[in-house]
Amino acid sequence: MPAKIDPDQVRRIARLARINLTTDELEQFAGQLSDILNYIDQLSELNTEGVEPTTHPLKISNVFRQDQIGQSLSNEQALANAPRTHGDFFAVPKVLE
Amino acid sequence: MIQKNVTSLGYRPTIGLEIHVELSTASKMFCACPNHFGDPPNTNVCPVCLGMPGVLPTMNRQAYEYAVLMALALNCRIAEFTKWDRKGYYYPDLPKNYQISQYDLPLGSDGYIDLLVNGQTKRIGITRAHLEEDAGKNVHDLPDCTGVDLNRAGVPLLEIVSEPDLNCVEEVMAYARSMRQLVRYLGISQANMQQGHMRFEPNISLWIFDDSEPDGGHYTPIIEVKNLNSFRSLERTVAFEIARQAEEWQADPHGYRMDKMSKQNRGWDDVREVTVYQRHKEEADEYRYFPEPDLLPVEIDDAWLERIKAQLPELPIARYARFREEFGLDEKLTTLLTSERTTADYFEAVIQAGASPRRAANLIQSQGMRLANEKGTDVAELGISPQRLAQLCKLTDDDTVSASAAATIFQAMLESDAPPEKIASERNLMQVSDTSALESIVAQVLADNAKAVADYKSGGKKAKKARSFLLGQVMQKSKGQANPKVVGELIDREVLGQT
Amino acid sequence: MELHRLTIQQLAGELAKGQLSSRQATEHLFQRIERHDPAIHGYLELHQDAALAQADRIDKRRSKGETLGPLAGVPLAIKDNICISHGRTTCASKILGNFQAPYEAHVVQALNAADAVILGKTNLDEFAMGASTENSGFGVTRNPWNLQTVPGGSSGGSAAVVAADLAYAALGSDTGGSIRQPAAFCSVVGLKPTYGRVSRYGLVAFGSSLDQIGPIAKTIPDLALLLNIIAGHDRRDSTSADLEVGDYLANLDKPVKPLRIGVAGEYFQEGLDKEIAQAVRQALDFYASLGAEIVDISMPLNKYALAVYYIVATAEASSNLARYDGVRYGYRDKDPKDYIDMYYTSRAHGFGAEVKRRIMLGTYTLSAGYYDAYYLKALKVRTLIRQDFDKAFEQVDCIAGPVTPTPPFRLGEKIDDPLTLYLSDVYTVMANLTGLPAISIPCGFSSAGLPIGLQLTTKAFSEELLLRIARMFEQATDYHLQKPKLQS
Repeated sequence: MPAKIDPDQVRRIARLARINLTTDELEQFAGQLSDILNYIDQLSELNTEGVEPTTHPLKISNVFRQDQIGQSLSNEQALANAPRTHGDFFAVPKVLE
Repeated sequence: MIQKNVTSLGYRPTIGLEIHVELSTASKMFCACPNHFGDPPNTNVCPVCLGMPGVLPTMNRQAYEYAVLMALALNCRIAEFTKWDRKGYYYPDLPKNYQISQYDLPLGSDGYIDLLVNGQTKRIGITRAHLEEDAGKNVHDLPDCTGVDLNRAGVPLLEIVSEPDLNCVEEVMAYARSMRQLVRYLGISQANMQQGHMRFEPNISLWIFDDSEPDGGHYTPIIEVKNLNSFRSLERTVAFEIARQAEEWQADPHGYRMDKMSKQNRGWDDVREVTVYQRHKEEADEYRYFPEPDLLPVEIDDAWLERIKAQLPELPIARYARFREEFGLDEKLTTLLTSERTTADYFEAVIQAGASPRRAANLIQSQGMRLANEKGTDVAELGISPQRLAQLCKLTDDDTVSASAAATIFQAMLESDAPPEKIASERNLMQVSDTSALESIVAQVLADNAKAVADYKSGGKKAKKARSFLLGQVMQKSKGQANPKVVGELIDREVLGQT
Repeated sequence: MELHRLTIQQLAGELAKGQLSSRQATEHLFQRIERHDPAIHGYLELHQDAALAQADRIDKRRSKGETLGPLAGVPLAIKDNICISHGRTTCASKILGNFQAPYEAHVVQALNAADAVILGKTNLDEFAMGASTENSGFGVTRNPWNLQTVPGGSSGGSAAVVAADLAYAALGSDTGGSIRQPAAFCSVVGLKPTYGRVSRYGLVAFGSSLDQIGPIAKTIPDLALLLNIIAGHDRRDSTSADLEVGDYLANLDKPVKPLRIGVAGEYFQEGLDKEIAQAVRQALDFYASLGAEIVDISMPLNKYALAVYYIVATAEASSNLARYDGVRYGYRDKDPKDYIDMYYTSRAHGFGAEVKRRIMLGTYTLSAGYYDAYYLKALKVRTLIRQDFDKAFEQVDCIAGPVTPTPPFRLGEKIDDPLTLYLSDVYTVMANLTGLPAISIPCGFSSAGLPIGLQLTTKAFSEELLLRIARMFEQATDYHLQKPKLQS
């Protein structure tokens, strides 16, 4: 079966997913993802014209919440798991606008 | 190739505006944290709006109804079925690294708004209106790092996209201001610009007229300017871009065209007052939208829609037309009175309480708005009930108090709950119209000022001035309480023998 | 019988009689965990202090004669992708290695309200992605029946500790078979409830439209008891069904009559292990002997389910796992060059290979130009599969078949071949795509002595019926009573 994706495409996807991959990983994923996509391609045999997509197993709608204020976390609780903080803020390396 | 004479070619700016409005719900869009500006960083946050693992969003009904109300006010088609989608992009102020939004099924579409620009009505198409969650804020003025404050993350945000129907700076501004006025009329947003409740993203290009082209012209490349948060920056951005694009096109008429260049993002530099090219993020448009599995669709039936429709107030443009017609007020005064729903409501209540429209309008404009402005509130919140103001209008209309006394009384009413009449009498601001009481003062003034009397009598050049002088003297002697109209009549009678 | 061998019902009976304290039972299990878990590695974290404190609290309240919850003093284990407000919730991922949730999952609150004792958190494939628990970032779990084989996954830790009597029962989560497949591999019972039956609040999301929390236990009555406690509406999960929850124990021992069981020929085609096919057929014969009518049904779309599943699950996962960026919590790579680099390196070093693979696959199928061909197509086939089941349930009350195509495989056997490993889910993903409830019950052993499971599926929200049908089999067989021999 022909390869569905090459390492260049894997690199493009990895960029969308914000994951650095090594050259080895690029090669490996290209092969594995191609295998999986070739397998998945069997869906093209099926005629799905006019079929509604299912996004939820349950057919329910309009599940709302009243506009009421509930409990928030304290600043300390909010930042408790943060790898880096600055004062009351989560801190990340400088973002250039 | 023949060089075209560019100066003979005109252009027409073609502008569409995306507006983001934060809705003034009590809680956030998908969690119960307060939707409140100005609190210490990262205190209006919970596991849901922090994007912690395992927690789930829940829809705020009020936010949805507010958004539908706006879509109705914009004459949109309201979708009977909508769903939520995830828009994926990575940014530190976006906790889940996707934004819950509405992609292919916005709650409102195909609407319009009528604007008044220079006395003319212009209809601007509304492409779509949809609801989403706001991002947090990156704070850039920290040393060595960028701070992330997520208090704003998850605040309900209504996005309204116009058709590219705006053709000049004035129209853009009229549109933006109308939107602000409208959301305030509907009571769905405070639209406080300082607090970032409203942000603008204009899409600007120029249609270059050129008869030699099959379509009669062509467009310059579309420029989108992101995240403008003041009317001033919007106005300057649009003006700058129109001029800049015209220049670019003149420099390169064959290359600077929409069909040769893709859409670009530029940012507004508030210090240098220019737009600057923002380097294209290669996957900027790769948002990988897909239906949000954690939230269920929204289906609006007729009964629900009717309930929301019932909340629609009279909209600004209709109210403007009615005020002009019903009260015979001029454009400027009507515009002022209808600028805010509270002011217009207040004005109508004053009339309801028996005031004449003109007197009420004048007092509200000259005194109310000035004082409200000083106090940083609006007219209806000054603490003067419509009934009291109507009383003051009546006192002024029937000459019980003078126009200048009315101004003084208006101000005094801020500090006192007393009826205006009582204030007037306590402060000796009642006008004296009683002829007999005034006759002696007039007689004395005439006796003391023979020269002026003579000047007036002579009917010459000085006559008008002399009469004013005599009138002034009487007013002074009456400590301002004399009714100037009555005094004038008395002087005329005594001096000229007129009755 | 030895203390650890008891079922929940038996233990609860002993505790109620005052023959035994919760502290004794809890301490006994911790001792047993200390002895046997190093070889199995079912647990990632033990909550010894909290558990003993809770056991003491329950014992004290019991001694005062207070009314206690139905799980009073019963020690249980929780899969480590379910949040507890003390200790860590890691999803067996380095990217969440130190994460401490400031909130508690709905199911954990429900267990606490039922006065249960929580022993600790069990191992899983990282973010529940896998069928062997080999993808854990913190070491593999081994199958108590044969330490050289996998316990299944992703709830491999939960199934293994129940099989080895290191917990009286456990909670797992099931996105494509993650409760049922390890239950089958470890010879315990496992239930994936109907989508929406149990709140997902506090379950770290993998595939949001597929995920369900469910119990893994030693017997059907224990399963029913646990479902009684964790099922029900929760306003924090919009997809949780606002439906009445019955008492699953009330009629559990009543056989279902008449009973029509559907069997799809498609389930027995190539790829199915012969011994499993045989064990499943024997189980069907057994049901027939109890008076059930076995009906041949056709599930022609069965063969497409796995492809649909791997598109839907990975697309949702690619988005659900975007939040692991090292900003608000979790792992951040040391000294990123800039904030953009922070994403790339933190995610590269924080996620394991299988998680990256699935994020990549999901990102690809959602990306511009591929959405319609893959994701939208999959959602449409998902509709057709659901219609297939609706049609089948017009003819039958229950659909029966294998849980897994093979018995437990050897550690490392499939680790380098993701597609082959994905095929382990071939029988289980349908229940997730359709949202239907499905159960795995022990129905035999291979010639190598490895467990085999039977899968039963019923209509949406018919767990009562499903458990009763399963109970018919359990009451008349002793597969569930067999225990692995552990070396200490």
